[in-house]
Amino acid sequence: MYFVVQLLNGLQLGAIYALIALGYTMVYGVIKLINFAHGDLMMMAAYFALIAMAKGAHPLLALAISIIMTTVLGVLIERIAYKPLRKSSRLSALITAIGVSLLLQNVAMLIWGSGAKTYPNLQASLPSFNIGHNTISSLSIITVVLAVLVMIGLYFFVEKSKVGTAMRAVSEDMEAAELMGINVNHTISATFAIGSALAALAAFLLCAAYPQVTPYIGAMPGIKAFIAAVIGGIGIVPGAMVGGFILGIIEALTKGFIPSQYSALSDAVVFAILIVVLLIKPSGIFGKVQGEKV
Amino acid sequence: MDKAIRKNILKKYSLNIVLLLLGFILIQSLIVTGVLNSYAKQMIILVFINMILTLSLNMATGFLGELCLGHAGFMAIGAYTAAIFTKNMPMLPPGLAFFIGILLGMIMSGVFGFLIGVPAFRLEGDYLAIITLAFGQIISIFIRSLPFTGGALGLSGIKRMTNFPWVYGAFVFTLVFIICLMFSGHGRAILSVREDSIAASSSGVNVVKYKVITFVFSAMLAGLAGALYAHFQGNLVPTKFDYNYSIDIMVMVVFGGMGSMTGSILAAIILTLVPALLQGLAQYRMLLYALMLILMMIFRPDGVFGRKELTYDWIRQTYRKIRGRWKEDA
Repeated sequence: MYFVVQLLNGLQLGAIYALIALGYTMVYGVIKLINFAHGDLMMMAAYFALIAMAKGAHPLLALAISIIMTTVLGVLIERIAYKPLRKSSRLSALITAIGVSLLLQNVAMLIWGSGAKTYPNLQASLPSFNIGHNTISSLSIITVVLAVLVMIGLYFFVEKSKVGTAMRAVSEDMEAAELMGINVNHTISATFAIGSALAALAAFLLCAAYPQVTPYIGAMPGIKAFIAAVIGGIGIVPGAMVGGFILGIIEALTKGFIPSQYSALSDAVVFAILIVVLLIKPSGIFGKVQGEKV
Repeated sequence: MDKAIRKNILKKYSLNIVLLLLGFILIQSLIVTGVLNSYAKQMIILVFINMILTLSLNMATGFLGELCLGHAGFMAIGAYTAAIFTKNMPMLPPGLAFFIGILLGMIMSGVFGFLIGVPAFRLEGDYLAIITLAFGQIISIFIRSLPFTGGALGLSGIKRMTNFPWVYGAFVFTLVFIICLMFSGHGRAILSVREDSIAASSSGVNVVKYKVITFVFSAMLAGLAGALYAHFQGNLVPTKFDYNYSIDIMVMVVFGGMGSMTGSILAAIILTLVPALLQGLAQYRMLLYALMLILMMIFRPDGVFGRKELTYDWIRQTYRKIRGRWKEDA
């Protein structure tokens, strides 16, 4: 039974990673940039929701407010910091992304302090049930179901809708897409908006499960979600979902089954997985090997 | 290298050799005569350690064009390897033990650089950034949980061997090593990989090999700085080598100009001394660094000094340019 509980924990964590990974993978797919600030955007979303709830908003209203504010912030970051660098080298864009990530962390630290803030206990209001000796909160199930639904929706959005088609076109060839009459700027903004909204949802689900917010909560989940995106095949929507779940399950199982004094080493396991994936199948599980374009 | 080229290098860098000698004589005589107090001496050593770090990161980021976000991790490996060696070898004469410790630290960092570089460079893209970022986080977790690294409390009682002649020697070694490498055919191959890896590989340059080699050298030099740091500080704590320290080094490289050694040196001096003098701004330091990274990339991506190097040739050319402009005005 312990194994099943850990598996469910893993699925819950994996769903959160998958939601963050989608933001990475979509941005990478469209402008080929690792948006290092994505994890920190998620951290900002957690603070937005926290403030809204502290002001007395219902958790769902707080979630809505957080999604809207994070979306605006994400689009603004793209417009101000990344857009001027669209034509310059990848290294410059990457360094800017690092800069934005640092900026968000430090701004959060200045405004809200570096100490941990406690999130309201949302799990208490949800029903929970027992399997053997273990209690399972319905939050885990809600998280997983919600994440899967969002991802299915996103998949059809990218494949079927007009904006989604434009995204795929820009991802394929930005200049050609522009010549075909696609508004590249709007498409990129839409990509950032969707990624940021998903990050806000992920932040809400993460803080419901682990009710503490610090300016650093975005850093590690950010790296892990990116690793999840790489495992699934970067730039591919279902890949991010599968990668996220794989990573979450592996992490929960290593945390659950290795002695607790080494629990910090489960992060090292995640890192080892990334290296193994890059050695065996660098393009990820769903990735296709692409020739270089000259 | 044939004789003519070697002579050419000597001529090209004659001014720099003179400057290096003068700098050493000046600082060493200030230290020996006791003009500098112990705080100033410490700052000087710290500046030189940061210069070595910045130069080493500049190899990976400036010359190779790959982002490394875990440079403090390589430094930590060099520091801990060297410190553990010298602590366990009290029977060797201290100078010799220190020297071997430095070599071991460099080799160990190089091995890790190799282990990271091979998977990261197998495919086109920015995987090095993410792998080194994860590596930098994980190395400090490992240091905290391994039995022989002193855990979270750190490693103390390391002999304080690092003095000015040692750091200066290491600095000159780093400088000469990078110049010799970048001036050779291998150096041109490295630059060609940065400029256009597809064109480079069609011209017969083994792109992956050169990326891995440069990255390993960069890691080794970071290990050198780490070994010096360990024997300068006398104790090591894992929190010293965190993500922020990697960012500090990267800010120095970006500020000085990616690919400029002169820029790296000047940036290391400025960005080590200014924060130390302005303690009151300590809590805004990372915020300022963040803004600096973003604004530099948007408005001046080549850094303050660009790709210029302070050499005799550059001074002569600049002098001619200025004189030419004067004549035009007149």
